Amino acid sequence: MAKESFFRTLFKSASQDADQDDQQADLAKVGCVVPDASRCVQCGVCGYNCPVGIQVRDYAHRGLPVDDPRCITCGNCINVCPRGTLRWETQAHELLKDRFLLTADLQV
Amino acid sequence: MQPIRYVIVGNGAAGVTAAETIRQHDSVGEITIISAEPFPMYSRPGLAYVFLNEISKEQVFARQPEWYQQMRLNLLFGKAVSLDVDRQAVQLEDGRILPYDRLLIATGARAVPPPYAGADLKGVHYLDTLAGTKELMKQAKRRRRAVVVGGGITALEMTEGLAHHGVDTHYFLRRDRLWGKVFNDTEAKILEGRMRQQHVHIHYNTEAVEILGDRRGRVRAVRLKDGKEFKCNLVGIAIGVRPSIDLVKDTPIETDRAILVDETMQSSVRNVYAAGDCAQVYDPWTEQHMLDILWPSAVAEGHAVALNMVGKHRAYKKGSPFNACLLFGLHISTMGQINPRRDEDEPEIHQYLSRGSSEVWYTYPRHYASAWAEEGDNTIRLVMDGDYLVGALLVGDQTIADPLRYIIENRVNFREIHSDFSIGGLALKRSVQRFWSKSNQSQAESYLNP
Repeated sequence: MAKESFFRTLFKSASQDADQDDQQADLAKVGCVVPDASRCVQCGVCGYNCPVGIQVRDYAHRGLPVDDPRCITCGNCINVCPRGTLRWETQAHELLKDRFLLTADLQV
Repeated sequence: MQPIRYVIVGNGAAGVTAAETIRQHDSVGEITIISAEPFPMYSRPGLAYVFLNEISKEQVFARQPEWYQQMRLNLLFGKAVSLDVDRQAVQLEDGRILPYDRLLIATGARAVPPPYAGADLKGVHYLDTLAGTKELMKQAKRRRRAVVVGGGITALEMTEGLAHHGVDTHYFLRRDRLWGKVFNDTEAKILEGRMRQQHVHIHYNTEAVEILGDRRGRVRAVRLKDGKEFKCNLVGIAIGVRPSIDLVKDTPIETDRAILVDETMQSSVRNVYAAGDCAQVYDPWTEQHMLDILWPSAVAEGHAVALNMVGKHRAYKKGSPFNACLLFGLHISTMGQINPRRDEDEPEIHQYLSRGSSEVWYTYPRHYASAWAEEGDNTIRLVMDGDYLVGALLVGDQTIADPLRYIIENRVNFREIHSDFSIGGLALKRSVQRFWSKSNQSQAESYLNP
């Protein structure tokens, strides 16, 4: 897929989702914990401090946002991570765009 | 067609990442991981947090035994002792022989014992393995006075842990500056201040030359260079690590400080690959084969080597070495070429590298220029090679760490910032932030409106 059309699809689908499902739009506004896999050393300090027992490092290992429905968005994992692996992201699509630009640039 | 037999020696970041990646691309291959320690994969950097009681001993395991089953990885506990590259087989200490079609050596690195007498006394400890860390914790409860020897992150983590356990902790510095190969004076002073707050005693220009024991073989003191004895009952050694490459000793596999690999991560012998701490990889910045003792490098190499082992020819481009750590409550990130001052009498490449560092850090770019800013306990040091950023060290505030990392990694022209190099303080940070948002914006525009 061309880069251009990728973005257009991305933004289009993002806005459509929001229109279709208010609940989802609210969730997107709240945001979620997002890892930077390249910083993670799998020490497990994050999951150890999670009050609901989410093994956050498994998400970090795969570089995926922590979308576990049990997440109470307390931010403990972000605060305790010794490596700055985790951050709070409210605009998941913005993030995705940034990441995509980075990889796209590397591949040119 | 027969399934390919993959044998991976090493159960750490590189080995496990490689196994996982091979499985993603080869669903039928037989994958065997040989682990010298009788555990599933654990996080070696996490040992410091175990020592600091920040996590439990169980939490340090990054993979569970079930995970190996799910991925259909055969995990063997044992030590690989010899390698026959003609017959393509590895022999374990217990006599088992494992034939391979593709071999990955990911044996990592091990702490080096002190080069003087007394290393075998009871009370000499390392923060290097899970078993060693458990023993260290047990002893830290009983010992009253400890000496820590070595530069680098592990030595500082050990110091922090001992102080945390209430041990009277003495840190010996061979010279007058903490981690002199990486920090400049101010950076060192900030961390030294934090160490003193935690009641660590720092001894400058102090060198141990022998560890002395009592009649029962326990540490009672260390002898200093000036002949004096310094009483203590625990000695923490963290003078660095050595790549574990004994396995290739009597083979034609080419080594330097570690196993030399080409861009496909293959050694000089066909079907034998290496990745992680025991591999020496071509570094585009220094134009030499360099050693990284870094978790993220090991993961990246494990991924790259797996793709080549399954037959997808992918050249690996080594990234700029990066590490973020937390020492005495201070966040520090280090990237690229940052040697603050190279002493004439010291060799360019260190004999031993400490965990969490890279040989690249100790190097110096050809057209050197640097910027410096400090504001309380926050500092920024940028190192330029001509128009390009090649290294950075941030203490405290980490806001611009990711942008700087990206700018180094992708060789973004940084000339624009050059005129701001002398402004110092928070203005330097703002200048980098402005540059970053501007370059991101123009990049996004060029993709969206070509």
